[in-house]
This record gives sequence, C-alpha cells and structure tokens, in this order.
Amino acid sequence: MATMTRSSDKPLVGLLHTCLVDFYRPSIGFASVQLLEQAGCEVRVPDLQTCCGQPAFNSGNFDQARAMARQVIKAFAGFDYVVGPSGSCMSQVKVHYPQLFADEPDWLAQAQELAGRSFELVSFLSDVLNKTDLQSSYQGTVTYHDSCSGLRELGIKQQPRKQLEQVQGLSLVEMAEAETCCGFGGTFCVKYPEISVRMASQKVSNIQASGADTLVGGDLGCLLNISGRLTREGSPVRVFHVAEVLAGMTQIPAIGEGEMR
Amino acid sequence: MQLSSANFKSAARAALHEPNLQAAMAENRNFAAHVRVQVDGTANFQGLRAQAKAIKDHTLAHLDHYLERYEAAAIKQGTQVHWAQTPEQAQQIVVDICRQASARSVIKGKTMIGEEMGINDALARAGIERYETDLGEYILQLADEPPSHINGPAIHKTLEQVQDLFHEHHKDLGRESFLHEPAELLAEARRLLRKRFFEAEVGITGANFLIAEDGSHVLVTNEGNGDLTSLLPKVRIVLASIEKVLPSRADAGVHLQLLALSATGQPLTSYTSLYGGTKNAGELDGAEQCHVVLLDNGRSEMLAGEFRPMLRCIRCAACMDNCPVYNWVGGHAYGWIYPGPMGSIWTPQLTNLEQTVDLPNACTLNGRCAEVCPMQIPLPDMMRVLRSQHWQQQLTATTTRWGIGLWAALASRPRLYRLLTAMAARTMAWAGSKRGRLSRLPLARGWTEQRDMPAPQGATFQQLWQQRQADKNGSEQ
Repeated sequence: MATMTRSSDKPLVGLLHTCLVDFYRPSIGFASVQLLEQAGCEVRVPDLQTCCGQPAFNSGNFDQARAMARQVIKAFAGFDYVVGPSGSCMSQVKVHYPQLFADEPDWLAQAQELAGRSFELVSFLSDVLNKTDLQSSYQGTVTYHDSCSGLRELGIKQQPRKQLEQVQGLSLVEMAEAETCCGFGGTFCVKYPEISVRMASQKVSNIQASGADTLVGGDLGCLLNISGRLTREGSPVRVFHVAEVLAGMTQIPAIGEGEMR
Repeated sequence: MQLSSANFKSAARAALHEPNLQAAMAENRNFAAHVRVQVDGTANFQGLRAQAKAIKDHTLAHLDHYLERYEAAAIKQGTQVHWAQTPEQAQQIVVDICRQASARSVIKGKTMIGEEMGINDALARAGIERYETDLGEYILQLADEPPSHINGPAIHKTLEQVQDLFHEHHKDLGRESFLHEPAELLAEARRLLRKRFFEAEVGITGANFLIAEDGSHVLVTNEGNGDLTSLLPKVRIVLASIEKVLPSRADAGVHLQLLALSATGQPLTSYTSLYGGTKNAGELDGAEQCHVVLLDNGRSEMLAGEFRPMLRCIRCAACMDNCPVYNWVGGHAYGWIYPGPMGSIWTPQLTNLEQTVDLPNACTLNGRCAEVCPMQIPLPDMMRVLRSQHWQQQLTATTTRWGIGLWAALASRPRLYRLLTAMAARTMAWAGSKRGRLSRLPLARGWTEQRDMPAPQGATFQQLWQQRQADKNGSEQ
C-alpha cells in the first residue's frame, strides 16, 4: 500500500470527481471539495483518474471495465477515504469492482479494500463524519430525485433530505414516484431514446405537480437528462446537484441555464 | 409463439403511441403501487423471502432427486408423468392424450408453460376446439392475441376494448344491448363458458408448484376456473416445467404466501387448490385420468450455468409490474411469452441469444426489479451477464461497440483524455453558452431529438483544479 505525504493529521480524502462532473460541471467538484474541507478533511484530486469504467461494465465489456477499475485502484491507493459526488460511480467502485475481480484474488483483495473506504459524498458527510450542521442557504422549494444506484445499491435516501432540511430558506417537498428511474440509464438514453424520453417526461410531470421550483439530485447523469427534458418543455424549474446546494454554490447558472436567465 | 424480440425497437415505439395501451399501462402502474403498499405492510415479508430462497436453492441443488421423488409419488396417486425435452415433444404428448380420449373440445386454464410449448397452435392443427376459461385468456381468444403479462394476460386491454370485443363476438347470441359494466361482461362470459365445462373431454391447466413428498400439485387462481377445469372433464392434463418442484407441502406454503402477496397484494389467492392424482373408487367427482407433462426446454442447461438463480422464479410478475420500461411499452413489445425483466433473462435462455439482444439492453439497470423480487433474483446482474455474452459474441450494437471501445481506450490514457475532453468541453460550452444548452448535437440525435443537452461550464474540473493548486503554491511562495 502506497503511503502518502500528509500535511496534517486530518483524514485524507481522494476526490473521485467522476467523468461527468469533470466535463460538464466542475462547480460540483469544487462544491464537494468545499464541503469536505469544511468537514475537516484534507482533499486531494489524483490526476490519473478519468472514468470509473461503468459505461464499459454496463455494456458488457468486462475486460475494459476491469482495466479501468485497476486504474482507479492505483490512482486512489493510500487515501483514508475515496469520496465522489455520485451514487452511481461510487456504487461502481463499492459494489461492482469486487464483482469484476471475483476470479482474480490479488485484485479482488485490493478492490475490496478500496470498496471499504469509498463513499458517495452526502452519505460520507452524514454517515461517516456525522455532519449535520452544514452552513448554507437557498431560497426556494426543492424536490429531491432519488437516483437508482445510490438509492438501491448504497442505501442513500434520508441523508440528502436531512441535510437539505438544514439549509436556510429551503423548503423540501416530496414529488410522486421520487424513486422511479428518470430514464437516463447510461447508454440506455441514446439506445432507446423514445422510451427514455417518456420516462423523463413522467419525471418532469411529477416535479411540476410537486410545486417545487428547484430539482435537486445526487447524480449528474440523471440531472442532465431531467434538465434536458425540463428546458425542452419550457419549464422554469431550476436544477442543481445536491453538493452545490449544500455548499451554497447556487449563484451560478443552474444546469441547462445560460448566462442570462 | 413466433419469436419476434428482434423487432423490440419498432414494437416499443409503436406501443408508446398507442393510446389504448398507454391507458391500460397507466392502470397497471397504479395497480403495482397498490400491491407494494400491501407488501410493505406485511411484517414478515423479508423473513418469508429469505426462507423461500433457501428452500428453492436447496431444491435446485438436488433437482434430480426431488423430480424423481415427485414422479414416484405422483405415479402412486395414479398420475401419469410425461417428460418432454422440447416444446414439440410436449405438444405431441398433449395431442396424443387428447386423441386417445377422443376429445372434440378441451377447456383450458391459464398456463404460461402451455404458451411456451405452443399448445394452442398444436391443438388447432389437431382439429381440437379449445375454450379458454380464465377471463383474461377468454378476452384474448376473442381478440386472437397472445398474453402480454404472465398473470394478467389481458392487462393491455382497456374496458372499452373488452366491451367492443364482447359486442362483436357475442352478437350472434341474440344479445341486443351493449354491455358496459365489468360485472355484466363477466356474467356473460361465465354463462357462455359454463356449458363448455360440461362438454369438454379434456381439461388443461398449469401448475404453480409440484410437491415431491406426495406427488400432488398446487394451482392458484382468483376466478375458480382452474378448479372447474381440473375437476369436471374426465381427463386432466397439467402442464408444468421441471423447476416447479418443491420438497414438501410446508415449503409450498411459504412460496404461496409470497406469490399471492407479490402478484396481487393478497395474503392468499381466492382459490388455492391441491390436486393429487385421479378420482378414487367410490368418489363422485374428479378426473379419471391425470397426466402431468414436465417440460425442460433448456432448463437443465440453465441449472448448470450462471443463470441458475432465474430458476427460482415463481412467476409473480412483480418485476414487470414495477419495471418503468415494461409499464411504458407493454408486454407484446418484448416479442415472446415472457415479458419484462424476468422475460429478458428467460427468453434468451429458452430461445436464442442472437434474436433477443434488445431484451437485456432495454433496461436502465435501475434495480427496482431485484428490489421487489420475492425470490431475490439478481436480475440486473444477469442483464449484464447477457450483455457480456453479446460483447464476446460480437452481438453488441455496432455504435455501442465502437463508442464504448473508443471511450475506454481514451479513458485509459489520462493525458490524452485530459487534452481531448478539455477541447470538447470548451467547444460545447462555446456553442451553448448563451442558452446554457444545446438543442442539437452531432452524433447524439437520440438525446437531442426530444431533450436539450445542458452545456458544459467551460474548462474541465481537472484544468481548474490544477490552476487552483498552481495559484495556491504561487501565493505560498
């Protein structure tokens, strides 16, 4: 196991920024860093990381998925914790890496070791660090979409809601079918676009019926999909990642918004 | 039934634009939600689940033993047990039994194994009249359609469509009025079917469970039609598959609760019957002959491989009722007997991999099916295993193959990846900067036809982070 030079005795966290956040919305990465630093962690961002390999895994290309998993295992060796702002990427690391190496004992041990110290951001703040007093404010009525992998593979349900309830000025309302898939599904959204859009439209109806003016979620893939359908339908509902709201970084354009609103 | 799963995409597209189907599927979503409330309110559901899985895993590990025990016990009760490797063999067995009984007509309860073996066509070819006695199946016989759901065969039909079907097909019975109420329609079907029960020489049903300890079988319905079908004709034929066997009645008790609860939210179905063999001497009711046809059709191979957990399936349909894809496209789009998540695993096993590529791909891997499955079948994991078989056998769609291959090649070269993603993010951000989104994107029409693509913020996180680190180091020096 690689040892890391530490500048303090704070827990050393490697941020797994996810490929979507890296590409689309760095503000989620900075919000994550801010939340982790506020919670007393020292955060580093390994520059060997690209993607966790989930697209290859879910497309049945297990060999390339393993190659990418090895890259992540190496990039994040030596950190006390590996934390990322996505239930689906962190579930890939936590749940699916060990599955991928079921027949390779050496890598399996490393995958399991990594899985044990890897967490989705909000559940890490809530369940590991027991942070309940993030200082933030947001003026608006928010509804929260449960992304599937985070919900069903990592048990993320109450943590983001409890954190959001602490945000000053924010009122939280539940939409119908909050746990129903939005139709993103990785490559599903382009392989079966008509079905995917129907699912996204149903999500949009539920958001609108909830009376919320803001949609918040923990996975950028789902948020891109839902935002894309919201704007196409001309809806004024704003879309933010939960990390942005909890870190108070909502002065910037929301997902899918231009410079001029 | 002809396998048409290769047409999934066009069938699904048509289904999305079929108003009657969409109305019916919206009802199914509501029904599924109601069932979940009942399941969630059942205190020992998780306990039952664990118990049922353990029983079934044990049975499957010793399937040969329990099947032999079942056969021996069934023969003792006067039942004749027939083994069929293929659907064709099973058809032949059934047709031969009907011919020996000089059957002009058969009455039939709902049986998915019957669908799997193509029994309806085989009976038609043999010139034997068939009368469906499950109301849903009766409706479908009028409409000349296959089932779209494994226990609610006609859930894709609206009430209005059923009214029209009854009006059209029953008009030569001298009925003047147009029947509107479900209860009236049901009463009419019952009245018409009643005499068929007495006429038929043969009754055909499925079986939910076969009991190894006493050679009996369990049949559940909510209409009682299965019991009339089993008891009134002289000859009873039961169509089942080899994985339906359970060691004991007590084991069946555990599975029966889970089945009813997961299928309809009932603690038990309205009719839960245990049948053992033929009528005994001195008894007034019951069949004089009892035949059980046991179909393999690829299941022995599944038992030996990574799809064995699928053999735990008790056909409750919770996976499809809770599948967001199934509830939009309906069962027919899947192109074979078994639709939805369970069908996406069963169909490739029982037919072939080549023509069923869409089935495990038309799934968002949202995990809801596995969450509700009373038998804890890891359906999403098995979808991925099928996708890996596609990949290995070059069956993956070309665009996916190239896209994923390129992506993975790029993502394993971090420097090149950094450079190209930074360029692409900047370009897309520039193109969408005013509105914050793009309405059209080359190579991504599937996304942008009915959705916008939110624009990236500009620089990548890695670029900005490295800048921040450089600034920090600069200011520290």
